[in-house]
Amino acid sequence: MDAILLQILNGLDKGSAYALIAMGLTLIFGTLGVVNFAHGALFMIGAFCAVTLQKMLNLYSVVIDPEKTDFLGNPLKVKVPYVESWFGEATGQMIINWSVPLAILLAIPVMLAVGYIMERGLIKHFYKRPHADQILVTFGLAIVLQEIVKAFFGANPIPTPAPDLFKGSFDFGLLIGFAENTIIYPYWRLIYFVFSTAIIAMVFSFLQFTTFGMVVRAGMADRETVGLLGINIDRRFTLMFGIAAAVAGLAGVMYTPINPPNYHMGMDFLVLSFVVVVVGGMGSLPGAVLAGFLLGVLESFASMNEVKSLLPGIDQIIIYLVAIAILLTRPRGLMGRAGVMEE
Amino acid sequence: MLDKFKNNDNALMVFFTIMVLAGPIILAPFGAGYPDLLQRFAIFGLFAIGFNILFGLTGYLSFGHAAFLGVGSYAAVWMFKLLTMNVIPALLLATVVSGVFALLIGYISLRRSGIYFSILTLAFAQMSYNLAYSVLTPITNGETGLQLSLDDPRILDAANSSGSLPSTNLFGLSMNSTAKMELLGMTLQFNVGFYFCALVLILGFYLALRIFRSPFGLMLRAVKTNQTRMSYTGLNSRPYTLAAFVISGMYAGVAGGLMAITDPLAGAERMQWTASGEVVLMTILGGVGTLLGPVLGAGFIKYFENIFSKINDNVLHAWFGFLPDGLEDAVVSVLHFFVGKGWHLTLGIVFMLVVIFLPGGLIEGANRILRRLSGQKTGSSATDGPKQPAE
Repeated sequence: MDAILLQILNGLDKGSAYALIAMGLTLIFGTLGVVNFAHGALFMIGAFCAVTLQKMLNLYSVVIDPEKTDFLGNPLKVKVPYVESWFGEATGQMIINWSVPLAILLAIPVMLAVGYIMERGLIKHFYKRPHADQILVTFGLAIVLQEIVKAFFGANPIPTPAPDLFKGSFDFGLLIGFAENTIIYPYWRLIYFVFSTAIIAMVFSFLQFTTFGMVVRAGMADRETVGLLGINIDRRFTLMFGIAAAVAGLAGVMYTPINPPNYHMGMDFLVLSFVVVVVGGMGSLPGAVLAGFLLGVLESFASMNEVKSLLPGIDQIIIYLVAIAILLTRPRGLMGRAGVMEE
Repeated sequence: MLDKFKNNDNALMVFFTIMVLAGPIILAPFGAGYPDLLQRFAIFGLFAIGFNILFGLTGYLSFGHAAFLGVGSYAAVWMFKLLTMNVIPALLLATVVSGVFALLIGYISLRRSGIYFSILTLAFAQMSYNLAYSVLTPITNGETGLQLSLDDPRILDAANSSGSLPSTNLFGLSMNSTAKMELLGMTLQFNVGFYFCALVLILGFYLALRIFRSPFGLMLRAVKTNQTRMSYTGLNSRPYTLAAFVISGMYAGVAGGLMAITDPLAGAERMQWTASGEVVLMTILGGVGTLLGPVLGAGFIKYFENIFSKINDNVLHAWFGFLPDGLEDAVVSVLHFFVGKGWHLTLGIVFMLVVIFLPGGLIEGANRILRRLSGQKTGSSATDGPKQPAE
């Protein structure tokens, strides 16, 4: 029982990342009808927002400390980050330490802007073109974005640690009445899971309970009629693209402590997220979220030693196998709507 | 120039054959006349021709074609290890194995179309890649890649006593033997491996030409134009698309086999989906659905990959040395991002520009220019030309 629960928990963090990216993909697909192969790159840009903020906060000035001397007796030069000299040492260190959560504040405007520019500058011109063209141009864009990031940040993963407060693991099993040391779970993964559920809930309630969301949903159902009612649906859809980009970016920001970001992390996640979208059903938001968590958990179950000894290599291919099985038996995916991408 | 071949396949074939066979001479002035690069031109040209038979004719966009390339490579290397270093059996096995593999994947993937098809092929290719890296290590040798070794059986070959690895050969004619010739201060290199690849490429091109002109090819075009209408006429299009998929998979397998022939090792990274993406880039860049386009695109990408990735800051400084110092540094620091390791950035930008402005690829671009030129000469308007790119 505890082993099963442990695997479920292990799958949740990856599952949350899948769910967030897949939700953004579905949102874009449902509103604009565009297959966005650059969505993984948006996830990566989000992660690099965190890296940028961390680097920016660590900018320092060299100050000569008169009280300390080095081993030759000369006054010691100390590197003092600007934030420390501005806000005092304790506050400054805390700000640096909390750079990852703080990066959320940076990532939201950046990602909204990136999404807006991308939609108005490029995607807009591809509504009427075939899906193959949309895939190709966004694929090209993904390459370009990824290479730009590589040019600025290098090819190696950049460690971006979580705040000290959330480093390490804790005994999750003890909290819910298991024996000691059965379910050890890292803090940050739990936070990631809670964070993504919160984001998902926010997006859903935005679509469900606001007038804006209602219009967007109406536009997803029948764009033309909404347009005939005198509503500028294009502008709202552009904003939805920005929101989808921001969701992917936030997923990236918070993922950095789990996996140090590198320039091709987006591509790695993109392939799987597409599989998730297809399993969940093209155009269905709940489907994407459900499938994201489901596949994340399934992947973690497949990497259990017991399963691996039974079916070697299953952990590598389980997601693809599930996708193939679903596509062949339930062509619309788990919760796909009728009439979306049927041909 | 290209328009002339529209209704004259023989002329096109002769033109293509001459261009390919004279490759070492024509490309030598451009610094691309050495065997390694020429071989890559031929191999990727073949790969792209095969991909074009599927994507260009039927419109099914496969994102997993590199899997067949990888399978072909593995099959060929195994033939070298077990049977003989002769290239013929290796190439045959590569074709057959990749064909069977394509039949299997195609049978399942072709049940869906559009984006679902792309994702299914992507899933299969990633699956093969992951398996090749992990569980199938006894067959693929995992991360190290499958290599020849001295104690391989090689049943048909005479015992190897030289102590060094044997080289691939065609009935004794070694693939890496090169004849050199001096001409106008350039060294021309005529490499056996390249000419073998070139012959296969020409054969592949001829086959593709026949397919394009056949009723079968017409049927595939009909699938691309309107599959629904085709089924309404009571015609089952599945066997046709499946045949196209298998043929195109076999092309990829042959290309993979040729890779193993020119350099007898096979690694799993050949199957990764970025490799599949590369062949998509080549085909689109050259011109989807055209005959010459894919070869042109493959040559273009491989050539500029080779040139661009060699340019470093020193070369740039030498080029822009005539500019004033400050300006020179500025130009170099901007260009720095696009050359050397940044070559993929250039590729991505070029690719995007082509998709946005020139969906017919380089061939369409050439046709547009030619049409404009001839339009000015004869005075007829250039706007009413055919929208479809010429072949």
